[in-house]
Amino acid sequence: MNYSVVVEVTLRPGIADPEGATIERALPALGFHGVSAMRAGKLFRFDIEADGPAAALSGAQALAERLLSNPVIEDATARLDEEH
Amino acid sequence: MTRIGVVVFPGSNCEFDAAHAVEELGATAEFIFHTSTSLGDADGVILPGGFAHGDYLRPGALARFSPVMTAVAAFAAAGGPVLGICNGFQVLTEAGLLPGALQKNRGLTFLCQSTTLVVSSTHSVLTSASRVGTELVVPINHFSGAYTCDDDVYASLVGHDQIVLRYRDNPNGSRDDIAGVANERGNVVGLMPHPERAMSTLLGSADGRVLLESFVGARAMAH
Amino acid sequence: MSRFEGRAPAISFIGVSSPLETLHRSLGLTDSELDDIRRVLSREPNPLELALYGVMWSEHCSYKSSRLHLRRLPSTGDHVLVGPGEGAGVIDAGDGIGVAIRIESHNHPSAIEPYQGAATGVGGILRDVFSMGARPLAVMDPLFFGELDDARTRWLVEGVVSGISGYGNSVGVPTIGGELTFDECYSANPLVNVLAVGALPTDRLALGVASGIGNFAVLLGSSTGRDGIGGVSVLASAGFSGDDGAASIDDAKRPSVQVGDPYEEKRLIEACLELLDRGYVVGIQDLGGAGLVCATSETAAKGRVGMDVDVTAVPQRERGMQPFEIMTSESQERMLAIITPENFDAVAAVCDKWEVRASVVGHVVEPTLLADGSRVAMLRVRNGFDGEVLAEVPASSLADDAPLYDRPRQRPADLDVVLADDPTTDEPVGDAAADLLDLLMSPEWVYRQYDSQLFLNTVVGPGRDAALLRLAGPGLPSSERGIALSTDSNPRWCALDPRDGTAMTVAEGVANLACVGATAKAVVNCLNFGNPEHPEVMWQLSESVDGMATACRGLGLPVIGGNVSLYNESGGRDIDPTPVVGLLGVVESLVATPPGWNWREGDAVVLVGHREAAGAQPFPLAGSRWATKRGRRGGQLAAFDVARLISTFRFVSGEVAAICAGATSDVTAVHDVSGGGLATAIAEMASATGLGVHVAKLEGHGELFAEFPGRFIVATSHTEAFVARALAAGVPVTILGTVGGKTVHLGELVSVTVADISARRAGALEEALLLA
Repeated sequence: MNYSVVVEVTLRPGIADPEGATIERALPALGFHGVSAMRAGKLFRFDIEADGPAAALSGAQALAERLLSNPVIEDATARLDEEH
Repeated sequence: MTRIGVVVFPGSNCEFDAAHAVEELGATAEFIFHTSTSLGDADGVILPGGFAHGDYLRPGALARFSPVMTAVAAFAAAGGPVLGICNGFQVLTEAGLLPGALQKNRGLTFLCQSTTLVVSSTHSVLTSASRVGTELVVPINHFSGAYTCDDDVYASLVGHDQIVLRYRDNPNGSRDDIAGVANERGNVVGLMPHPERAMSTLLGSADGRVLLESFVGARAMAH
Repeated sequence: MSRFEGRAPAISFIGVSSPLETLHRSLGLTDSELDDIRRVLSREPNPLELALYGVMWSEHCSYKSSRLHLRRLPSTGDHVLVGPGEGAGVIDAGDGIGVAIRIESHNHPSAIEPYQGAATGVGGILRDVFSMGARPLAVMDPLFFGELDDARTRWLVEGVVSGISGYGNSVGVPTIGGELTFDECYSANPLVNVLAVGALPTDRLALGVASGIGNFAVLLGSSTGRDGIGGVSVLASAGFSGDDGAASIDDAKRPSVQVGDPYEEKRLIEACLELLDRGYVVGIQDLGGAGLVCATSETAAKGRVGMDVDVTAVPQRERGMQPFEIMTSESQERMLAIITPENFDAVAAVCDKWEVRASVVGHVVEPTLLADGSRVAMLRVRNGFDGEVLAEVPASSLADDAPLYDRPRQRPADLDVVLADDPTTDEPVGDAAADLLDLLMSPEWVYRQYDSQLFLNTVVGPGRDAALLRLAGPGLPSSERGIALSTDSNPRWCALDPRDGTAMTVAEGVANLACVGATAKAVVNCLNFGNPEHPEVMWQLSESVDGMATACRGLGLPVIGGNVSLYNESGGRDIDPTPVVGLLGVVESLVATPPGWNWREGDAVVLVGHREAAGAQPFPLAGSRWATKRGRRGGQLAAFDVARLISTFRFVSGEVAAICAGATSDVTAVHDVSGGGLATAIAEMASATGLGVHVAKLEGHGELFAEFPGRFIVATSHTEAFVARALAAGVPVTILGTVGGKTVHLGELVSVTVADISARRAGALEEALLLA
């Protein structure tokens, strides 16, 4: 059966994130205040064939850790895409 | 005659320059396509600069799974000299053949400019012909050249003399100004600057010669 | 009996609600163009056929407003292998090496989505170059924006530069130079022109010609989506008419901008060059504006053969694409190769290795025999090679027979008033030192983002008078030669006098090449103008063409290719006439670096060339950057006098060429005087070396800031010998002063420290972008 999953990849805490920092710095000048702790990451959506939702999730997590993220600097979390 | 294998991933573009540089130093260069599972009779292997797989996902993230990388890993494990230049360095870190990772430049723009490197260790196939403290003018050309690693890895790099080159004036935010590192044994080296672009004063600097001469002259380092 | 023996192929045209009556208008065709089409076909066109004409006869694809004038440009020469009309012009550079060169614009897409607009501009021009069999070796980017005090302009600048960087670096072609111009007339109409140059062994030259009945037309590269559907005729042939120019255009036009994939393009380059090296290619053409209909109709028309195109064979990225979408899509990174059927398997194997899609989408067929006994090469769009014919039109009617307009031309009514409003005699003249500092801006922030070194050829990179490359690359015969490249423009001159302004722009290009020891060999041009329906714009275009022709004839240069971008207009205001020229030159022997700007302590600083301008005033300030900064946009330009220039260019070029060939010389620095005048040229040399100069006497601020071609600043360690050589060559010289100290003294007028000059020059652009 096909399951829709979402994988979020973010930089591990403590790893420098110049992109997130730059975005955060630019916000007040554009009229957005009170924003902090901005981290930039990536999001992947895909369908995965599995026997059940738990298997789908663990398959997606394995894929996320092996390829979609670099564990030296990134964390990855997979979740089922409820909207599908 | 030393044979240097230059690996070509789809999207690599510095392979011709790398081949040209080692041939100028008296070696013969042979291109090894990424789908090959053998390195032939190469005495040394270069992973050149460029944009393997368009740098999609992360620089080097897809290239590390190419068939050729199994052979490269085996060659490295057996002590063979392996040099990763720029994108090649990124591939080696993604493949786990070198510690750490390369992140986006601190200023978030691509940088193509000359830099002054300082030789920090001669314990590697790239720097064995140099002296610690020597300054070399070599260009950089990258978007993601900021070297990073966690504190444990950093302590290990320092303890085992694995930081081989540093920037005199850090252009990209690399931790401890690191421009190049080697594995513990010193036979696998990666650097972000392009020594093959510093082979001739006609083009601006010949300081890359001492680095590539060292690599071309290196022999497999035993355990 | 109709000429084509029947009715129009009947198809249902899903997705277009307009009745046939007004369909042609929504496709950008005029009523009279519809009549032309009816005449060509001797029947009513069906909707698909209308769509094909709509894109092929759009201004962008057919040059209908400009072709008449472009014919006046000289395009032949002994060393020209391929002139205008192919993917790129090609010259024989010697040693069995051909050099291909082309320049194009991608203005309108860049105004909407600067990163992708610029990126796909790079992709497109590269395909033009490798469609000739040349490996792309370098790119240049002349860019024009509004003033940087506008936030949107800053956004555009960052986006365009990132796009060129992102695409060019990733595809593996160095960017070795360009231009950066800021002027309010571009604020809603930025110009992004891109030049590409490549080289090939002359026996690998390929043309975009289909031939060989039974041969296959193979589509290589990306799958086809809905990118840019109608983009060409909808976008490029219509100005932006929103009141505020900017915001109102975004949403309606955004879907038409394509996303580039430099990785796909890199693989496409390698695959195509390998196919050419192995001799599998009969003809090859890139897919650019108007996509598949353009590539198929042009190759068929050039080969005088028919072509059947099977839309079902085209790999598609989207579901439910209609034939008109498939034929006109501008999806990027695609090429069309004509091959023999016997070679298909071998071709597929090469494409497979490089992970490049290859699909047979066309068959080359005999021209159709008509009832009256004539033969016409037809383009037939079919639903399967044996399937229903969906469209059938003569290939040449699409490719060659677009209407040729002679749009009305009229000299601007207020031009005499503008010419009389001359800043040369303005009083008070202001603070020359402050004015000088205000003119200084290094473009390093831009070119630091470009790989300018790949292929180990770059002897002189961005930021100097011209780029200088070794003539070398993978697969080329060895050579000691070098090629030099420069892009030049001067819209301030051209607004006042498009004829002499354009002629002097060409001369500037030749001067830049001389600074690196090169002899100019060929010109390509990108003519960026406003709305051709304005008679003043057509007058500017026609005058500009004539000025270019005069300069090229006088300097012995063929124009081997060009591009026209019209409708650069917003809110009724046209941009200033902006003809951009790309100059290609050759250095016979390149074994040492040219002197550059590197004067040394104690050198004499010599002005080489006529000190004063030709024409009424010795130091005309009209059209100068100095005047423009003060809001003074009128006045009379210097006259263009080619005879004066030739001996100076030849002398300087010869002096530097000798150094490049390895000779010792007393010449230590060479820089031509251009934008910002004499003062700027001297300041730039001081900034490059950290060494100041003392110039005893200059003729007032006029001499400091006047702009006219034919002057060079040369530094020499042996004044008498240098002067003697110049005079023997019939070139006038003026000793200006001596290099030394930490200050730049220009007569009584300017005394500025080199430190201030360098700081100002280095910081100006980043400060203006609010990045510093």
